[in-house]
This record gives sequence, structure tokens and C-alpha cells, in this order.
Amino acid sequence: MKTNDVIIQFTAKIVFFIIFFFAIHIFLAGHYTPGGGFVGGLLASSAIVLLVLAFDINTVRTIIPVTYTTLTACGLIIALATASFPMLLGDPFFTHYFDYFTLPLIGKTSLHTAMLFDTGVFLVVVGVTMTIIQTIGEDE
Amino acid sequence: MNNFVLLPIIIPFFFGMVLMFGQKSLRFQRGGAMFGLILAFISAVSLLFTVKNEGVQKITFGGWPEPFGITMVSDMVSALLVTTTLLLAIFIVWYSFSSIGTAREHFYYYPAIMMIITGVNGAFTTGDIFNMFVFFEVLLMASYVLIVLGGTRAQLAGSIKYILINVISSALFVIAIAYLYAIIGTLNMADISVKIAEINQPAIITVIAVLFLMVFGLKAAIFPLYFWLPTSYAAAPPPVLALFGALLTKVGVYAIMRTYTLFFIHDTAYTHELLLWLSVFTILAGCIGALAYFDVKQIIIYNIVIAVGVILFGVAQMNETGLQGAMFYLIHDMIIKAALFMLVGIIVYKTGTTNLRKMGGLMKSSPTLGWFYLIAAFGLAGIPPLSGFVGKLLIAKGGFEAGNTWSSLFVLATSLLVLLSVIRIFIYAFWGEEKPVQPILTNAETTKLFIPTAIVIIISIAYGVGAEYLTPFMSDAGRLLADPSIYVDAVLKGE
Repeated sequence: MKTNDVIIQFTAKIVFFIIFFFAIHIFLAGHYTPGGGFVGGLLASSAIVLLVLAFDINTVRTIIPVTYTTLTACGLIIALATASFPMLLGDPFFTHYFDYFTLPLIGKTSLHTAMLFDTGVFLVVVGVTMTIIQTIGEDE
Repeated sequence: MNNFVLLPIIIPFFFGMVLMFGQKSLRFQRGGAMFGLILAFISAVSLLFTVKNEGVQKITFGGWPEPFGITMVSDMVSALLVTTTLLLAIFIVWYSFSSIGTAREHFYYYPAIMMIITGVNGAFTTGDIFNMFVFFEVLLMASYVLIVLGGTRAQLAGSIKYILINVISSALFVIAIAYLYAIIGTLNMADISVKIAEINQPAIITVIAVLFLMVFGLKAAIFPLYFWLPTSYAAAPPPVLALFGALLTKVGVYAIMRTYTLFFIHDTAYTHELLLWLSVFTILAGCIGALAYFDVKQIIIYNIVIAVGVILFGVAQMNETGLQGAMFYLIHDMIIKAALFMLVGIIVYKTGTTNLRKMGGLMKSSPTLGWFYLIAAFGLAGIPPLSGFVGKLLIAKGGFEAGNTWSSLFVLATSLLVLLSVIRIFIYAFWGEEKPVQPILTNAETTKLFIPTAIVIIISIAYGVGAEYLTPFMSDAGRLLADPSIYVDAVLKGE
């Protein structure tokens, strides 16, 4: 039977971007205010799940051609690299550095190495969540 | 501050992540796993000698001051255990090459091995009780993967039990830590030791001590909490079984050893007496199981339970001799259990059955295997000069010094039952008439398995014969366990 899902597909296309940008916002808001890589990653994967619900796994796979296990591994490597980088400078493992920079358009901003670590966490969360959902979803 | 402490944890972790790529290439997977473990082993050996020469090493993450940051501490106890773990992992991975099967090798087998090593080494090294929980979870997650990988019927049945019991014990672990934190207000293990000494261990702390014993006892498989061990472990394929049998319960034993020599040392009349009796019953239950079964895997698995009892009996004495003996026996048991599981794996691959009654006459077709098995069996029972002897001698001596004469004699007497249980495998499988078998692997393949196994047995012989060279390391470890102030001072007062 062919179901009519025009409305959900149309809505999903728009809502996907709203959720995804909110995920980026939450991710960047982390550290000083509530948020961070973990919740950001969960939100981002919920956006992808919405696409999976509206269309189907194979369509989404062509839209976002990412192997999620590889994404997880990349995230872990970024996180470990950020954590162990201070060892090269002779500081203890997991030491973070930050400073204030004046960037064009944005102005005075604090850049923190914790954000790089959180990028790793973000990728791991998206990778793991999507791997789980794909594994369950494929089982028909 | 010494970042070097972290290398035996970070290197397997890094290689575990790298090996998640390229599941298609066997050469990359095998080579990467081997290279990573050897690299980590070299770093662990040099760490061991640093600890020997310069005393306890530590690092606090992010350069936070001591009781607040997460501290990793490498003392003689943890350095010895980390080195042994990596040494055994090298040979077990080598053993996996021709036994685990390419289907598993293509499906994240080596990353899971590297993660389990990360977790085990982390749990041995950490100086923060909550961080220890985290590393327990890391090693458990990886062990779930390994136990279920392959998805055969027996594996699924065994892993359900395994996962359930570990989820429960992990939940209890967090609850126990929360109780402890509510009273003591710190998570740093050295700081906990100081704070408990300050308030002189009121009754509530003793209750928490028993809760910790339950949590770690579930993982270490002590009486009466060992019920999950035989069925879950028997489900795993031989290389995984060797890894689990050699390492996983030992992490629980280490955790009991650490908490019962560092935290809960002011009411030993209750806590250590309880540990003493539980360890005696553990040995008894293990002996009954080991003698009751005709299944080679089960016999060796019940021998894990016996060994856990013997080690904890040494810990319960709470004197330097007993603790040194416990260390000696702990390392011995890791090596010899890996060797025995690898040997039993070869026997199973050769005969296609785990039932002793269906085996026989292997001595004719594979005499070398038979003699090496006999050496390993004697080593397990502790016949001098093989590896189990020194540890058991010191544990019994510690028992006599502490005035536990009868229970020490009991521990010594059970050595005979241990010997009987493993010699039964020798008698049934190697003696007698040759029986029709359905080998799982060809002779050429089992010969490849035999090389790493033989090396592990030679290491265990060297461990027994060369006990004199190891004594300085072991006496350092024993002194450190017997006197918590060494550990506490190194963590809280070090530079």
C-alpha cells in the first residue's frame, strides 16, 4: 500500500534545518552556559532521525553519505588528540588552553580548546546514536 | 607529575580507534593490534622500572590540585598488573590470529580487544574511585562486544546473564560510591583513606565496606556471588575465554585488594574476618565445581573461582607477608589461567568436544601438548619450583603469622584438590585409547596456536624459577599495600 506522506516530508525538510541549527547553537553555547557536545550531538542525531522517519533509511543514506562507525572513530580520535596534545608541551594530560581573540564580524571572542574536545564528543554521539538506530531500523 | 603513567592506557585506546577503520584488511587489523600492544608493553615495562627506582608516579588531569582533579597513580601494584596484562594480551591476540575466525576479525574484534585492555589498565591505574567505575564500564562495554560477537546460540544465552549481572553490579557500584561520597565528601582514593582515618571508620563506613565487597565480589566471582561465571564464560570462544579468565575477574580482585588495604582498615575484626571466611568458602565452592564437571572449560573456569579465593585469603591477613603473597599469586594466576585456557582451547579444537568422556589418547598424536599441559597443571597447583609455589607459600605464612592456622592449612590442603581437578583433564584427554574425534581445526592450524601457548607456559616457568629476581618488586608491592601511608603521601604530598 502506498501511504501519502507529503505533509510530513515537506515539514521534515524545514524542521530538519531548524533542529540542526539549534543543535549547533547548543553545541557552541556549551562550556560557560548549559549545552555542549553531548546534547548537541543528541539534537543533531534527532534531526537525522526525523528525516529517516519522513523518508526511509536508504534515501537518508544517499542524502548524508556518512559511515557512522567511521564518524565515531573520527570523533574519538579528535577527543583523544585534544586531550593528549598538552603532553607534547609538557603539561598534564587534559590541560585546556584558552584566550581572547578579536575576530572579523563576531568581535571579541574567547576560543577554548575544550571546544575541540566537544567536537569529538559531538561526532561520537551522532555516530553512536545513528549506528544504533540504523541497526534497529534495518532489521525488517 | 608524570604523563608517562598514561601511556599504557592511551596507546591501546588510540590503536583501538585506528583499528575501527579498515575492517576489510586482515593484515592491517592483525598488524595494528600487535604493534599497538607491543608499543604499550614497552611503555609499561619502562614505567615499571621508573616506579621501582623513583617510587610512586602520579598525574592529575588538567593540572588541578590534588584531591579535586582526577588522579592517575602508578604504584608497584598497578605497574606490575598493567605490565602483566599487556604481556598476556600480546600472546592472546597472537593466539586469536588462527583461532577466532575471519568473520569475527572483520567485525571489530581487535578494536574490542584494545578497548578491553584500555579499561583494564585504566582500572588498575586510576587513583579516583569514580574514575575506577568509568574504567570498569569501558572494559565491560568491550567485554559485552567480545562475548556476543559471533552470535551463536550458546553465546547469546550466556551473554544475557553476563550483561544483566554486570548492569546490576555497576548500578550497585555507583550507589556505593554515592553513599561513600555523602559521608566522606571526596572521590580521590588517597583522600578517602585520610578522611576515613580521621573519623576513625564509624559503623556506617563498615556497612559501605561490605557494599563495596558485594560490588567487587560480583565482578571477581567470590562466594556466594560467583553463580553467573561458569555459564557466561563457557559461552565465549577460546581466545576470548583466555582473555576474560586471565584479566576480568582479576580487576575485581584488584579493586577489593585496593579498597580493603587503603580505605577500610580500621575495623579489620569485622571486615577482614568476613573477607577471610568468604575467601575460604570461595575456595571450597570452586573445588566442588572443579571436581564435579567433566567439561574441560568448566573445570578451568571453576579454578578461577578457587584462585580468587586464595588471593583474597592473602589480602584478608592484612600483614605484609600475606599481601606480598597475594600479589605473587595474583600475577601467577593471570599468567597460568591464560596458559591453561589457551591449552584447553587447543584440546577443544583438536577433539571438537569439551566433554572429557569423549576424549582420549591425545598423548599419541600430540605428546608436546601433553607435557606442556602437565607443566601448566603442576604450576597451577603450586608444585615447586613452578610459579604457584612462592605465592601460596607466602599467603600461608601470612596466615600463620596472623594466627589463622586452621584456615591456612585448609588453603594449603585445597592445592591437592586443584591438582586433582586439572590432572583429571590430563588423565582423561591424554591417556587411554584414542577415540574418534571431529577436529575443528587441522593439525597445522593447532600447531600455530601452540607457539604462543608454549611461550606463555615458558613465561610462567620463568616466573616460578626466577621468583628471586621478582622478589624486590613484590616486596615493594606488599609493603605498599600493608602501609597505606606510602600511597597517600605520594599522591597528596608529592610535587
